This record gives sequence, C-alpha cells and structure tokens, in this order.
Amino acid sequence: MCLGVPGKILAISDEGTLSRHGRVSFAGIVKDVNLAYVPEASVGDYVIVHVGVAISRLQEAEARQVFAYLEQMDELRELDAIRG
Amino acid sequence: MRFVDEYRDAASARAFARAIERVTTKPWVIMEICGGQTHAIVKFGIDTLLPPSLTLVHGPGCPVCVTPVELVDKALAIAAREGVIFCSFGDMLRVPGTRGNLFSVKSRGGTVQTVYSPLDALRLAREHPDHQVVFFAVGFETTAPATAMAVYHAHREGLSNFSMLVSHVLVPPAIEAILSSPQNRVQGFLAAGHVCTVMGYTEYEPIAARYRVPIVVTGFEPLDILQGVVMCVKQLEAGRAEVENQYARSVRRAGNERAMGMLRDVFRVVPRKWRGVGAIPESGLALRPPYDVYDAERRFAVEGVSAEEDPECLSGLVLRGAVRPHECAAFGLRCTPDHPLGAPMVSSEGACAAYFRYRRPTAAMEVTR
Repeated sequence: MCLGVPGKILAISDEGTLSRHGRVSFAGIVKDVNLAYVPEASVGDYVIVHVGVAISRLQEAEARQVFAYLEQMDELRELDAIRG
Repeated sequence: MRFVDEYRDAASARAFARAIERVTTKPWVIMEICGGQTHAIVKFGIDTLLPPSLTLVHGPGCPVCVTPVELVDKALAIAAREGVIFCSFGDMLRVPGTRGNLFSVKSRGGTVQTVYSPLDALRLAREHPDHQVVFFAVGFETTAPATAMAVYHAHREGLSNFSMLVSHVLVPPAIEAILSSPQNRVQGFLAAGHVCTVMGYTEYEPIAARYRVPIVVTGFEPLDILQGVVMCVKQLEAGRAEVENQYARSVRRAGNERAMGMLRDVFRVVPRKWRGVGAIPESGLALRPPYDVYDAERRFAVEGVSAEEDPECLSGLVLRGAVRPHECAAFGLRCTPDHPLGAPMVSSEGACAAYFRYRRPTAAMEVTR
C-alpha cells in the first residue's frame, strides 16, 4: 500500500499551487502525476510517486549514502584487521 | 531502473550481511513496521542472510489488513446500493467482511471499480454526475495526502456526487500500542520510509526516548533494509535508543510540510479500531468540517452494522508480531489467497500472503511437522 515508485519528471504542464502536475517516466512507462506536494521538483528530477501523487524529490547526494556507509564499515574492518 | 537497481546489488548485500554478522553479539528482535518491507524481506530472502540470533518480526503496516470488519461491511452495504459506483484499491476487493467481499457485491450486479489513485475516483465523479461515486480511503500517512487532495478538489469544484469511506490510520500510535503491551518482545524498529517521507520523524523521537527503543527510518530496497538492520543492531549493542534516518534520499526530519499542511486542513485525529488489534486512541483520521459532507458513512447512513471475524484467524497475533504466518494451523490449508480467512492473506503487503507466495514449501513442512 505504501509502495512508492521512483520516476523522472519529463514535463510539467500546470503550475497551479494544488493542481501542479506533469508527465513522469517510470523506466519508460509515462504517467500523469500530481506534483503539488513537491514544489521544489523540476524537469529532470526524480520523485517518489505513491497512488498518482509525488511525495518527495529524491536527493542525489543522500542517494549515495548507502554505499558510503558500506565502504566505511569495510574500512573499519580492515583497520581492525591491521590492529589485529 | 534508476534509484531501484543499484539498491539490489548482490555483492553489496553480501557485504552488508557480513557487517551485520560482525556487529551482532547478542540475540535481538527487530520489527519492520511496513508490509512493503515485509514483502521485500521475504521476496529477496533478506532474513536468510541474517545471523540466527537476529529475529525480524513483521509489523502491522498493512492498511488493508487492519481495516476493521465493520468498515468492510459498511463498504459492502454502500457498494450494493443502486446508483453507486464504489471505488477501491484492488487489494480491498477480496478482503472478507462478515458476509462476502466487494467481489461478491460486484458479481451480484453492484458497480465496483478498482482505481489506482483517489484522484481517479474524483475523475469518475466528474464523468458520472448521475451516479454517487464513493472511494474507500484506506492507508497510512503515505496515502492520506492523496485522499486529502481528492477531497480538497471535490470541495473546490462543488462536486456533490463524490464521497469517501475513510479508514486512514496512523503509525506512531500503533508502535506505542505494541511497545506498551506486556507481551512485547520487540527491541528495535525499522520505521516505514514512505510514511516518514510524509510525516517526518520528530514524532518518533519521544517514543524512542520513552521506551528506550532504537527506531531507524528505513527504505524498501534490499540494501536499504540491510543497512537499516545494521544501524538498529549497532544501537542495540551500544545501548543507544535514538531515531536515525537510513532513507535520507527521500525523508527529511520535518517530512513533507506541504502534504502535512493539507492533512491538517482536511482531517482530524480520531480513535480507531484496528482489525485484529483492537481500538487504539488517536490512531485514525476522519474528515473535519467543512469536508465532512464528503463522509460516506454520513451520506449513506450505514450505522449499526454488526461484524464478526472468523474465529480461526490469528491475524491479530500476526499483526502484532506475536505469531508468524506459518505458525497458524489454517495457513495454506483452510486459508489461502483464493479463500482467505483474514485480510493479511489477501493484501500483497500482508505477511500471510508474502509467506504463502514465497515460503510455502518450507512453511507447509513446518506446519505438518
């Protein structure tokens, strides 16, 4: 139910505060999505879409944190191994 | 698919599994709240990558599962009325009420339509001015902003043939209900990333402090869930009880303020009964004036519906993490997705349906053993 799918904004066709919507591509499948809750998102941005409504703009820098965290854990392990 | 595939990388998943193994020195019980996470854990076999001392229990985060039978019965009563187009997410159609489900209403000639979005239901109302279009609004904080948007537009357009049966529920009161139960065995939580995308996580901070329990806001892909588990175990091992955010690419601490503003405008917080769990104070949403004229319970005066659960169904224990689906005697035998006794076997996010789909051979062996 809380399934949110990331998609890329291709075009924005209405800029009204609560009617803001546009075309969003989900790996090639294009749907009309309400963008009223993500006023900061523009064409080219990725948004999380839930039941036809975008609920967040995905942040590129934070998106890499998962891998940075893993690398950091691996480095710590290597340090531990060196320390014996 | 960008923002999906990279979080399913097998080598990284194995590295995370090794990291979890390294940081775990004691047995711990962690609950993932959201049914979407349960589904991913069982589908990708994430639980099988964890050391045996770590137990993941599945939480109540399946809105379809916790919608009370009374409300399903009211939906059946409204959907059977002449001139009504009843709209629902597909998952709700097979949820058993006391007598039958929405499919059976449809087969008897009722107009029941599956919609992808509340905004699709609104479109149907515009296209069918001679019908009453009723939307069955189930869901957590994630879904409520879309529902609120539909009501807001209906009000602005003066649509008099649109209404909704509201069954929205809130996650933090359910976490508190689990933690304050004397039978609770959950020591740490993976909070639902999309719920927190909407509501943020400030409401979780007093819960973590009061019950001394770590809460990690977690995403839905395998690497997200594995990282959430590492972060939660590290807190447990160090004796910390904080709210941390694993899903920072989507979740800000204050949530989506515009969506939350809309929720406050359209809804008020009310007590709500959860199927299988019971009444939880301040755990649901209802329409507030002037939007309460769109309340289908009022419009169709469906009061005094008495409802009965199947006595054999253990869904209440499953939803509280006390029993796992395959431990139920009816699982896979008298209760299947085609003939469900309870809602968790119906919804794609229900724990019973996930076990039926991905774990049946082993689960059935355990049942017959």
